[in-house]
Amino acid sequence: MNVAVCVKQIPDTADPPALDPRDHTLVREGKLIMDDSDSYGVEMGLQLVEAGGGGEVSLVSMAPNGETTGLRNALAIGAARAILVSDPVLSGSDALGTAKVLAAAMRRLEPDLVLAGTESTDGYTGTTPVQVAELLGWPSVSFAKHIEISDGLLRVQRQTEAGYDEVTCPLPAVVTVTAGVVEPRYPSFKGIMAAKSKPVEEVTVAELGLDPSEVGSAGARQQVISVEAVEARKAGEIVVDQGDAHERVISFLQQLKIL
Amino acid sequence: MDKIWVLAEQHDGVPVGVVLELLTAARGFGNVIEVVTWGPSSVSAVTALGQYGAAKVYDVGDIGESLPGPKVAAAMAARISGGDGPDAILIGATHDGRDIAARLSVRLDLPVLTNVVGFDASEGGLTTEHTIFGGSMVLRAVFTGGAPGIFVIRTKSFAAEPVEAAEPPSPEVVAIDVPETGASDAARVVARHEEERSGPKLDEAAVVVSGGRGLGSPDNYALITELAQLLNGAPGASRAIVDAGWVPYAFQVGQTGKTVKPMVYIACGISGATQHMVGMKAAKNIIAINKDQEAPIFAIADLGVVGDVTKVIPRLIEAIKVRR
Ligand SMILES: Cc1cc2nc3c(=O)[nH]c(=O)nc-3n(C[C@H](O)[C@H](O)[C@H](O)COP(=O)(O)OP(=O)(O)OC[C@H]3O[C@@H](n4cnc5c(N)ncnc54)[C@H](O)[C@@H]3O)c2cc1C
Repeated sequence: MNVAVCVKQIPDTADPPALDPRDHTLVREGKLIMDDSDSYGVEMGLQLVEAGGGGEVSLVSMAPNGETTGLRNALAIGAARAILVSDPVLSGSDALGTAKVLAAAMRRLEPDLVLAGTESTDGYTGTTPVQVAELLGWPSVSFAKHIEISDGLLRVQRQTEAGYDEVTCPLPAVVTVTAGVVEPRYPSFKGIMAAKSKPVEEVTVAELGLDPSEVGSAGARQQVISVEAVEARKAGEIVVDQGDAHERVISFLQQLKIL
Repeated sequence: MDKIWVLAEQHDGVPVGVVLELLTAARGFGNVIEVVTWGPSSVSAVTALGQYGAAKVYDVGDIGESLPGPKVAAAMAARISGGDGPDAILIGATHDGRDIAARLSVRLDLPVLTNVVGFDASEGGLTTEHTIFGGSMVLRAVFTGGAPGIFVIRTKSFAAEPVEAAEPPSPEVVAIDVPETGASDAARVVARHEEERSGPKLDEAAVVVSGGRGLGSPDNYALITELAQLLNGAPGASRAIVDAGWVPYAFQVGQTGKTVKPMVYIACGISGATQHMVGMKAAKNIIAINKDQEAPIFAIADLGVVGDVTKVIPRLIEAIKVRR
């Protein structure tokens, strides 16, 4: 079985995020890392391929400037190869534009299963993977917290607001995984060395057969008027516990008539 | 705006909270409000939807064991292509809502605008407010793609208020067909599990007591449950302890969990990551207990206790019991 994992390369979350003042798009310069939310999909893909006894995990990423640093770690823990879609016309792409690019890459790869995170850490729109499914005409199961495959049928525990549903789904399909679905492994030294020679195919929008007017800022159809900091809540009273702080909590709850 | 559609997700005939919030918001800028609903008990929801302003209910009907995404999106898209479309479609940011929005956007080849927390129709068009960067900034934008705009709105962004009328509208119900969805609708729900919970619901409780990794061990979560019970509140959690398997996902507060707006939120052993705070910072009052004086949660707490949760909470529980 072949699994393709959507991997987003994002600015290091340790650095404060920034917007380009001209067009209000996220600044994606400097070092990019793999979105932590995608590491679960990579690990899940590796486990499913191992359990299925054959096939491989490919990565699909859309990123500016031929960026691959965020893919190396996933290659080092076992992904076989990557397709990187990099093209200046993709700057300013929204979720639908991104989904069109990823779906086109999937048509090239023809995987049995596409895995993605439920939402990215930086943009968190949370719609791209299911848009990919609809573009491909495939079923999807979002918010998976457990996945098994037997006889070509997926069995997924899908988180719901009240608990979870057990869902079955034939392949090919798109599944989005929550954090905590699996514990991502760490790369070994051998894996890190091997990753250096794994194939990363860089393709452009034209090579994917897409019309540039459908992607990038041309396809985004949203005009940003302003971006402002939200008025922050102010810090209140601080008490350092010396064995009696619970009394202050009690009097606070009394003022609010909770007690 | 002339016509607005609100996606009316309901379970057993009861609309989910965000639907009533969106109907209330839609009344602020729409002339005609219509809803799209589905499910075996869809007709039972009609009265409640009318009480919040729906004039017409498009009913997809029973979708069996299908996940809602493919069928509901296809039915909506067909109706819109047939010329009955609205100017804007408002969808609550639930799991099913997001799936429907995503599939609808592809069918209509229109973008989805997500993380909406506010609307402003005062200057003619519709301006939307979106939270970005974990809720630390708000972006204002107008949709330029022609009708309909598809908007996914965060829960608890608006207060739900019924229509003020002696006789709320009783909506017309119109059944709508589901076109052929092919392979995209091949997923089936074979069993449903609901977490057992006693006491008020997490997103409706006046008091929420949440625990995080600072509790140290899963056993200590019992302190959170007991304190919540004593205060007639609901227990909640950070994602860290949901991922670790200490408590089910239904307890999670934050960006990917529930948004809560209680009278008091008590954060115990929670650092205050932006993704947690976006789900609770609209609480009227916040109490934080954390042993690290530098923890970001203290920056938004009305009362911050620098201390060990495993010591402070047991004393708090004892003191409350004594007062009874
Ligand atoms: C895309 C995305 C979505 C996310 N969605 C969510 C979400 O919905 N909800 C959510 O909560 N998180 C979410 N997160 C995760 C979030 O970034 C944090 O990792 C998480 O909230 C941390 O949980 P925590 O505060 O329990 O743990 P930690 O950050 O580890 O904090 C533990 C705290 O406990 C304190 N502590 C330790 N021992 C004690 C003690 N004995 N007494 C008192 N205090 C003690 C420490 O000082 C520390 O401040 C998301 C992350 C991403 C990337």
